[in-house]
Amino acid sequence: MTTTASDSFIRSELIQPAPPPANLVGPWGWARANLFSSPLQIVLTLFGAYIAYKLIWTFVDFTIIRAVWTGADRDACLDEKVGRSVGACWPFIWAKFGQFMYGFYPVEHRWRVNLTYIVALALLLPLLIPSVPRKALNAILFFGVFPILAFILLHGGSIINPWLSVIAWLGTVAAFGLLIVHFVGLSEKALNQTAYGAIALAMVVGGAVAWRVLGLGGMEVLAVAVLFGTIAALAIGAMENRPLDVWLVGGGIAAFGAFVAFALVRLGVFNAPALPVIETRQWGGLLVTLVVATTGIVAALPIGVALALGRRSKMPIIRFLSVGMIELVRGVPLITVLFFATYMLPLFLERSPDAMLRVLVGVSLFSGAYMAETIRGGLQAIPKGQFEGAMALGLNYPRMMGLIVMPQALKLVIPGIVNAFIGLFKDTTLVSIVAIFDLLGGLRAGFTDPQWASPVTLYTGFAFAGIIYFAFCYFMSRYSIFVEKRLNTGRRR
Amino acid sequence: MKRIVSTIALGAAMSFGATMALAQTPGRTTLQNIQAKGFIQCGVTQGLAGFSMPDSAGNWTGMDVDFCRALAAAVFNDPSKVRFSPLSAKDRFTALQSGEIDVLSRNTTWTLQRDTSLGLNFSVINYYDGQGFMVRKSLNVKSARELSGASVCVQTGTTTELNVADFFRANNLKYEPVVFATADETVKAYDAGRCDVFTTDASGLYAERVKLQRPDDHMVLPEIISKEPLGPAVRHGDDQWMDIVKWTHFAMVTAEELNISKANLDQMLQSTNPEIRRVLGIEGNNGEALGLTKDWVVRIVRHVGNYSEVFDRNVGPTTRLGIARGLNALWNKGGLQYAPPIR
Repeated sequence: MTTTASDSFIRSELIQPAPPPANLVGPWGWARANLFSSPLQIVLTLFGAYIAYKLIWTFVDFTIIRAVWTGADRDACLDEKVGRSVGACWPFIWAKFGQFMYGFYPVEHRWRVNLTYIVALALLLPLLIPSVPRKALNAILFFGVFPILAFILLHGGSIINPWLSVIAWLGTVAAFGLLIVHFVGLSEKALNQTAYGAIALAMVVGGAVAWRVLGLGGMEVLAVAVLFGTIAALAIGAMENRPLDVWLVGGGIAAFGAFVAFALVRLGVFNAPALPVIETRQWGGLLVTLVVATTGIVAALPIGVALALGRRSKMPIIRFLSVGMIELVRGVPLITVLFFATYMLPLFLERSPDAMLRVLVGVSLFSGAYMAETIRGGLQAIPKGQFEGAMALGLNYPRMMGLIVMPQALKLVIPGIVNAFIGLFKDTTLVSIVAIFDLLGGLRAGFTDPQWASPVTLYTGFAFAGIIYFAFCYFMSRYSIFVEKRLNTGRRR
Repeated sequence: MKRIVSTIALGAAMSFGATMALAQTPGRTTLQNIQAKGFIQCGVTQGLAGFSMPDSAGNWTGMDVDFCRALAAAVFNDPSKVRFSPLSAKDRFTALQSGEIDVLSRNTTWTLQRDTSLGLNFSVINYYDGQGFMVRKSLNVKSARELSGASVCVQTGTTTELNVADFFRANNLKYEPVVFATADETVKAYDAGRCDVFTTDASGLYAERVKLQRPDDHMVLPEIISKEPLGPAVRHGDDQWMDIVKWTHFAMVTAEELNISKANLDQMLQSTNPEIRRVLGIEGNNGEALGLTKDWVVRIVRHVGNYSEVFDRNVGPTTRLGIARGLNALWNKGGLQYAPPIR
């Protein structure tokens, strides 16, 4: 039996896996599979490689290899002065760099812009990185405190008054809201007509005194009116021996606080510690691009959410106003909105608001209206069962929207939202038609300087602008993909 | 609750409308407005070398800019009390009509259409321009009449385009227009050899020439084929402000005529020449008649200079533009700049 055993071959162990054939692995194998698998692919690959070579090489050649890096004026960038074919004329950018970044912002105050950037980054980066704790505090700082701080730094003026103004505005709105809450609570207990009338009269008298006699305006009038109304309501409550309503007392305190804050601003008590005012007319360059884009982007979401919900609301007036607002703003080009805000508004108003403010309001409304439709698209995609489920749990409207519907809807439309943001970032260049030089406007003005006019100045400038715009838009795009992947837990494919 | 929210929304909308309707523009004169706000808002170009352009340090420079500084000097005795609105060619008239700017000093050609139907008044001509041609020297052309059959690079939608058509038709010459949307594209195309001739206003020709690969290979032909009188414009309906704008220019021209300049102003104030004494406000009260002060001309010359100083500083032969005085010389030196007497 031993002989037969030696005749046959029995493998006692598994054969070692052989490496794949050399032409299927490594870079060459990958290239064969993906680039050269068929004649058509070979042609396409070669064509693509040629295009890429042309584009990349031309860009690198122009911006780096043939570029001029130092010089005092156009002579440094002229072919016959340099003795070779010249690419990008970077000294032009260095010379005008301040212009492109800050516009006409005075040189000795540019640290304020830089400081604003630093604070913005310090607050924004932790907000963008999911693992950093204290998101709520961070968000309050970035969306609530930072805008006021940025205003004080960039615009200048009193360091304390803007805070007081914000407190006064919030106080007035809160007091107004609390007064309404008070009435809503009372209406069932049938507050009589005379009392209603007396309170309304008190508000009208207070408002009229504030407006015509004291010469106040806008929110200040409302603050005084609400203060009068609250006092009248308190007095009537006391006369009728009703227990003190907590809402009403809170409203009264808020109204009084708002009144005091407005008075302090009016009387200029805190005018003293102040930075020199830099008019928004003097802002320019990348600063304007960033201010307009950031404001538009930050304002777009809340406006968009409010309008989208308003458009789907069952209350006719709210729905009508939302639809009207969206269609009106979407129906006209941004240029028209800006043009109207800048040149037409002064015809109607005695004292028209600051030009930059008008632009910011225009851009915010515009981006908000577009955002509303994007978000509405997300809301349409939420099945009815989600609403019904939320209602079955006993959630009221704000909770249903805030906890169940909106998170899902917003997640769905992240690409659309970021699309709108990127579009808005580039649309900011339109502000140059309303006499504000943004990055591109400053660049175009720089082209006309005879000290730097040369055949390559134009290309250099646009290459520079292109790099900056690309950096910002690419960052937004990458970040949106990151967020999408993170949130897309249920539908990953 | 629903009803309350709706009512508040409606009320807010109505009160907003009422506020808009109530706010009325008060009937103050332009000068009073300017004095109240403390500066002059001046509409300029978004960048035109020699006329209005921000330099590397962010200061506006140019002839149109200096004119506004002269206005500020006359009104406030401080040439820095002026703010500039860079306006595109499209928006310039709207900005003036709406009151967003006080004076439009933006390289604007005075035409009947603009003077009448747009609600503007052109005050004076502070730069006599005209359309010219630039060609390569290698073409060996000495006059625009030799340009038959040439291809012409021109910016579309401008009076320039119409003037070229008129010129070639009137002279029975053939030409081939090559049109572009912006000035930059037009120059690039000319430099790349897309056409034989580049045409725009003569002052612009010199400004664009420095952008060419080899500026010295190109020449500007002697013919000027159109009249382009450039000057500051104001709104209809305020003659006092128009007078101030008008006489600010005349003051600068008169100062040149009388040889009063920044440098010799203090000597001139000691002059016994009655005309100089009258212009400088030592005698008479011409400034007060304008609504300004007696020393208004002194202020203008001290802070900005006379017409020739402004011209030489911004566009003259020593600058990169290198434009000769030509039509803009004083009337007694063969030009057209002529000021009515200040008396």
